[in-house]
Amino acid sequence: MSVYNQNRGGIIQIIIGIVFFLIVGQLVSLQVISNKYKLAADNNAIFRKIIYPDRGIIYDRKKRALLENTISYDLVVIPNEAKGVDTAALCDILKIDKAEYSKRIVEAIIKNTRVKAGLFEPFLTPELYAQLNENLYRFPGFSLSERSIRNYPYNTAAHVLGYVAEVDVNFLKKHESEGYEMGDYAGMTGLEKNYETVLMGQRGVKRFLRDNKGKIQGPYEKGEFDTTAIAGKNLYTSVDVQVQQLAEKLLQNKIGSAVAINPKTGGVIAMAASPGYNPNLLTGSQRRKTIGRLLLDTARPLYNRAIKGQYPPGSTFKPLGALIALDEGLITPNYGYNCFGSYGACGDPRKCEHHNAGHAANLQLALAYSCNSYFLQVFRMAIDNPKYKSAKGGYVKWKEYMNAFGFGRKLGIDLPSENKANIPDTAQYSKDFGNPRYWNSCYMLTLGIGQDRMTATPLQLANSMAFIANGGYYYTPHFVDSIESETEEEAAQLAPFRKKQKITKIPKEYFDVIKEGMHDVTVYGTAAFIKVPGHEYCAKTGTAQNPHGKNHSLFVCFAPKDNPTIAVAVIVENAGYGSTWAGPIGGLLMEQYLNDTLTKESQLKADNLAQVDLMPQAIKNWYIRNNKSAYLTPIEYNNDELSDVWDMEMLAEGVVKIKTTDTNPPTPLPNADKTNKDSLLPNADKKKKLNP
Amino acid sequence: MASNYDNNFSKGTDLAVIALYLMMACIGILAIFMVEYNPNADWATSFISGKTSYSKQFFFLIFCAFVGLFILLTDSKVFTALANILFASGLLLMLATFLIGKEINGSKSWIPIAGGFNLQPAELCKVFTALALAKFISRPETDFSKIQSHLIAGAMIAIPAILSIGQHELGLALVYSAFIFAMYREGLPPIILIFLLSFSILIIATLLLEPTLLAIILSVIAGILLLYLGKRFKRNKQAIFVIVLIWMISISTVRFAVPYIFNNVLECYQTTRIYSMVGKEYDCSLNKKAAASLIESGKKSRKPDDYNVKQSKIAIGSGGFWGRGFLKGTQTRGKYVPEQNTDFIFTSIGEAFGFVGTFTFLGLYLFFLFRLIRIAERQRSTFSRVYAYSVVGIFFFHIAVNISMTVGLFPVVGIPLPLISYGGSSLLTFTALIFILLRLDADRQMVLR
Repeated sequence: MSVYNQNRGGIIQIIIGIVFFLIVGQLVSLQVISNKYKLAADNNAIFRKIIYPDRGIIYDRKKRALLENTISYDLVVIPNEAKGVDTAALCDILKIDKAEYSKRIVEAIIKNTRVKAGLFEPFLTPELYAQLNENLYRFPGFSLSERSIRNYPYNTAAHVLGYVAEVDVNFLKKHESEGYEMGDYAGMTGLEKNYETVLMGQRGVKRFLRDNKGKIQGPYEKGEFDTTAIAGKNLYTSVDVQVQQLAEKLLQNKIGSAVAINPKTGGVIAMAASPGYNPNLLTGSQRRKTIGRLLLDTARPLYNRAIKGQYPPGSTFKPLGALIALDEGLITPNYGYNCFGSYGACGDPRKCEHHNAGHAANLQLALAYSCNSYFLQVFRMAIDNPKYKSAKGGYVKWKEYMNAFGFGRKLGIDLPSENKANIPDTAQYSKDFGNPRYWNSCYMLTLGIGQDRMTATPLQLANSMAFIANGGYYYTPHFVDSIESETEEEAAQLAPFRKKQKITKIPKEYFDVIKEGMHDVTVYGTAAFIKVPGHEYCAKTGTAQNPHGKNHSLFVCFAPKDNPTIAVAVIVENAGYGSTWAGPIGGLLMEQYLNDTLTKESQLKADNLAQVDLMPQAIKNWYIRNNKSAYLTPIEYNNDELSDVWDMEMLAEGVVKIKTTDTNPPTPLPNADKTNKDSLLPNADKKKKLNP
Repeated sequence: MASNYDNNFSKGTDLAVIALYLMMACIGILAIFMVEYNPNADWATSFISGKTSYSKQFFFLIFCAFVGLFILLTDSKVFTALANILFASGLLLMLATFLIGKEINGSKSWIPIAGGFNLQPAELCKVFTALALAKFISRPETDFSKIQSHLIAGAMIAIPAILSIGQHELGLALVYSAFIFAMYREGLPPIILIFLLSFSILIIATLLLEPTLLAIILSVIAGILLLYLGKRFKRNKQAIFVIVLIWMISISTVRFAVPYIFNNVLECYQTTRIYSMVGKEYDCSLNKKAAASLIESGKKSRKPDDYNVKQSKIAIGSGGFWGRGFLKGTQTRGKYVPEQNTDFIFTSIGEAFGFVGTFTFLGLYLFFLFRLIRIAERQRSTFSRVYAYSVVGIFFFHIAVNISMTVGLFPVVGIPLPLISYGGSSLLTFTALIFILLRLDADRQMVLR
């Protein structure tokens, strides 16, 4: 019987063969074709722990640390092990209630599961840390974990240094291939952002094997694939912390900005923008409380006016206008203009502050007295230059000069989001005035005195001073002079700052004339009452009309006259005359930098200036409306801890300590007129508003 | 003739099968070792201490080797003589579990014996059923071409299978369908195989397609067949009747039988597993048993997941072509695959040795099965042949279902991988199956009844 079914053994073999074939087919698809399973397995089992290196430190020109790293502690909890916790005691220390406690535990479970450490309370204060550390045995499952945060011992240069913050989704998208992960910190503004790759160092990665419950089993492959963390590199900047602090102090209670550059290197000595904020407010536990308030503040304390603010340069432009005319051969230093108090050649007369005969008899005098008529005339000559056949041709050439001086374009400072301000191009004017063929120089007449549509950032103004101080070249302004153990790549990043920018071919003697004129400004001209003890300096005041209210007060200068090592631009918004507010600030900054100290008299003046309140009323009203007691966050220079730092630094430097804690409160300057009495020239810089 | 084999049991014994048996068992211990390996503990000490699964399995193997030796030393006639008694006592033992059984992993199919070990009668009952079936078919009075004999044989298989379902051991119950191989070899009409195949295709189609759409498709097929056959065999009323009958059965299967089984007979998790095979989700609220237990426990229904299969596929897939290397599988080390030393043991091999490993491993199994078929075909007595095919069927079913479920080709049912999975009962069963076959094979010249 069975003989008949002999072939069935073969059929059974075939069936078995087919089933095995199907299984092998599935194995091929799982193991050979698809590679997603390997990834899935790695995601399952390999836990990558990022080891954060310390960020690099930023030093000033005398190797004083503008910022440092300190350890902050977080209280973390492993929910599964948090059994038998003395909840009452813990809540008591943290000043939370039981409901909040349970809420945080639940949050930790949601974010990091039950078996991994989750954040319970970040950034503990030293007192809290001490208290918790002592009582930790009562809170099983809780532990204190370290993290490195920034600390600013001088409370200064917030805008320049910028801040680090936790990366967000957008950041991760932008820097996809750079290995950032959720929860990482990165430089968001300022030098922290610009030099992120240098400061960040190299993060180490440790791989651990974890089991199905997320528990760490031990190092993966005995740490074969681990990389060690390499600390970030330090930056050495040209900033002088004392000048920086002084600049910030002098700009207190005002809106404005001050920039000081070393013309010899292009290194920025100080860059202050007011209102600012204490950088320590944006680190650690403070950040959460402060950032929202700073963002919402109507005076925009996070806004770095020094590189983003656009201001009409006003009379501070005049030396440049003269330079153009000289180089074009339109005038000689002896060229004079007969001004009787106004310029009427273009219809409506434009006022000049001076009507005494001969106040613009030559270039030097015109600069010293800041004669409007003279420079309007010189500007018209440049635009109507017969060499370029039309007003348009002349204008294009004029703009070319301006761009060469660093206006209307980004200078390329090593800070993010620099503004190029505005030197209008012909398109902007032809929109208003029609075909450029029919233009004439009267259309944009007030460009000649730094008004009209011309705007510049304080940085550009300071740079133009460096350009004049150097007699025809400048170095791109920058903060970082060198990077610790610089690599080729990093040297390449700094290379543009080490290259002399000599774009124009204006002969040196023209610069000498301008310098003499600007020196005269400080001897008998509009800034005659501002002195820098022990140094001759050159300067130009400016009082710029603007659509936002009172005139802006501007001051540009460089010193010493013969061998300039500092060029400064100061702007105080809506404050009035350039010589009244911006001038003294510029003078004090130069004095501090050149002498490394202030005389007693200057110190008193500085204290007084710091007290003067020049905030526009609109902003004050906003504070009142929003129940903000003080202007933003006045920087406390007389902080006890800080003065220790000061003392030590000063002793080390062998210089006299600047008195930051005055026993007698300085008497504020009541108004502008009083200051004017101090001036040698009573009528100095008393320009009235120009008629539009 | 009968006196010779007593003196030298290895004479006539198929040594290749013994070699394969030992090889497989050693691979099994190695695979279990990979699963249990703890880098922080000294493996030698933990091996000797006997607390780990691989050392236990090692001792099981030694025990099984003695059992195998013992079987080889017995007389073949013992098996024909005791077949029915063993079958009856096996069934009794299974019934006994309902009274004195111990529940392990949700199935009350274990009888505790001395030393903390537990015996699963359903496992051993496979051996007894194989013997009893062989005994029944080999009876001179049995004519296996008759439907009556088919029904009796079917009943012999169905009784332990139903008892297994009663113990919540669906996997073990399914194994009894493996006897179809032996029955087919002995003359079961192929139409039954074809019928079973079409029926399973119908069930898969029920899962994949909308019931209404499937009913329409079936009706259309039936209609076309009727038109076509109606013209050809105008007189053949029987054919038309058969077609209509099949159509009705199919439709009722699709519309009533399958949903009824899924919702009322099977547990929620079982239906979920079946649905997840075709990539669908099953709504457990439809399940009567789940609903009953929900009301009982008052808990919310948990979202069903196919975690096991997912992790199992990840483990096997992550092995790649060459594998991650011995003891280097992260899925295994991290214990991501549940039940990895028993039902999902194949994953540890797949992860560590990759496609090369799994392919070789399957090749070994295939060689083993073909070797058994060769042995089966060389038997002179029907008893030995039926028994041999039963062994082939049981091994094949275990291998195919177990590996298919780990690679995601079959719903997860808890059945072990022969000789590899951890477990004393299962190792003992397979040892008995093989060594009885070897004993019978050694006496293949004898005609046993």
